[in-house]
Amino acid sequence: VQIEVLGTGCRKCQLLYGEAEKAIARSGRAATLTKVQDVGQIAARGVLATPALVVDGRVVAAGRIPSAEEMAALLQADAEPGP
Amino acid sequence: MPAAWLKSGYPVSVAARRNPGARGGRRRRRCACPRRLRREPPVSAVRSAGSPQACLVLSISWDHEMTAQAQVGRADEAGRGSSDTSLRARAVAGGRVVPLALALVAWWFLYTRLAPAAAWLTFVLLGLPAGTPAGAAVEFFLYEVPKVLMLLALVVLGVGIVRSFVTPAWTRRVLAGRRERAGAVLAALLGVATPFCSCSAVPLFIGFVTAGVPLGVTFSFLVAAPMVNEVALALLFALFGWRVAALYLATGLTVAVVAGLVIGHLRLERWVEPWVYGLQGAAEPAPERLTWDDRLRRGREAVADVVGRVWPYVVAGIAVGAGIHGYVPRDFMASFMGRDAWWSVPLAVLIGIPLYANAAGIIPVVMALLGKGAALGTVLAFMMAVIALSLPEIVILRKVLTKRLIAVFVAVVGLGILAVGYLFNLLL
Repeated sequence: VQIEVLGTGCRKCQLLYGEAEKAIARSGRAATLTKVQDVGQIAARGVLATPALVVDGRVVAAGRIPSAEEMAALLQADAEPGP
Repeated sequence: MPAAWLKSGYPVSVAARRNPGARGGRRRRRCACPRRLRREPPVSAVRSAGSPQACLVLSISWDHEMTAQAQVGRADEAGRGSSDTSLRARAVAGGRVVPLALALVAWWFLYTRLAPAAAWLTFVLLGLPAGTPAGAAVEFFLYEVPKVLMLLALVVLGVGIVRSFVTPAWTRRVLAGRRERAGAVLAALLGVATPFCSCSAVPLFIGFVTAGVPLGVTFSFLVAAPMVNEVALALLFALFGWRVAALYLATGLTVAVVAGLVIGHLRLERWVEPWVYGLQGAAEPAPERLTWDDRLRRGREAVADVVGRVWPYVVAGIAVGAGIHGYVPRDFMASFMGRDAWWSVPLAVLIGIPLYANAAGIIPVVMALLGKGAALGTVLAFMMAVIALSLPEIVILRKVLTKRLIAVFVAVVGLGILAVGYLFNLLL
């Protein structure tokens, strides 16, 4: 799983990064977690509000920090084969 | 499959976003690209979304997106189709109304009993003598802190639910291609309701401008969003009454609209960093499918987040207010921040511009200044200047704006706030 945390470096973006780290550790799945801090890159993903969470190129949350359960569900749902 | 849809390279949602028939989630399938394109062809939409193919991609990807969202949101009920979701949402909403109503009744019950409770605590339990400064200060504190926090929680809950509808992406759809005047007013109004944090000012700016929102309209939004928000209004209402809150709302919106109109009128697009307009309008992420349950949860999360962050400032502000209430003579600051000191308004604005604080953080200072006899207009101008403009925000915006445009922005907004300060001092 490719997970990206989009944010220009504000407090909430760092919080989200930490939460994503924890969620990955809990799920026990192999995942790459990257921070995207460049504004152009963030805008190129169509995101208007940071912090944003991108899972495999899909924006799943923007402008908020998803709850721990939500993130766990996201990691789980992603494991199922797509349609 | 959503990933494939993103990779297909169609900025599908650019077409969807600019298609007036497609604003609601469910109507989105109806494709009216050609009609839409006649009105205002955005570069990226013309390039790729004009073909019938794009419309097809839109409808197909939408279906997949819905299914995918349903799976993601409710992993515990995997296998349910998307048609089930709306039924479920309705059932859940029904099940939520009763607890919510009970909570509101409980809220009202508590709220109406705060004053006697504070009096009882102060004079009976603590045994402070009535009519003394200490008694007055403690009673004031014990009444105001829960009152302000309860009002704040109620307002934030309501706004949190509203904001699950009014996302920045939705606001952008509404504002794209608007004329300057109507757009500026609309942008300022939406700025109040749209969730916004000044650290996402730059992605938002790029997203708005590349989607065809006029520059002036974008600035109206950027001024109104941080300055006139529910926290500021709720706190002003709770601490100083509805008149002050209403005046703040009206004048804050006016400053935002006027600033946007001036910047739009000056045609300053050339002073935006050129690479911004070189960016393509990126595909908008698929909108979330939220049930009422989800929206209520968003509201509750907002309450926990905002009240959790704000309460120390509120307590500090009211403690300062209580101290002044009981002890310090009221006209302590009147001589140099009172109504007669004409130079105090520009001074307050100049000091306030570089400072950074959110609406809650500035409240203790506002309480202190007002309590010591500073004029309301001067204090509110200071508050607006601190919230609306700040050095960190200027540094962030420098990435997309040239120095000249930042100077114009700061000057226009600063002058607007200055006018508000004088107006308040005249009126009140």
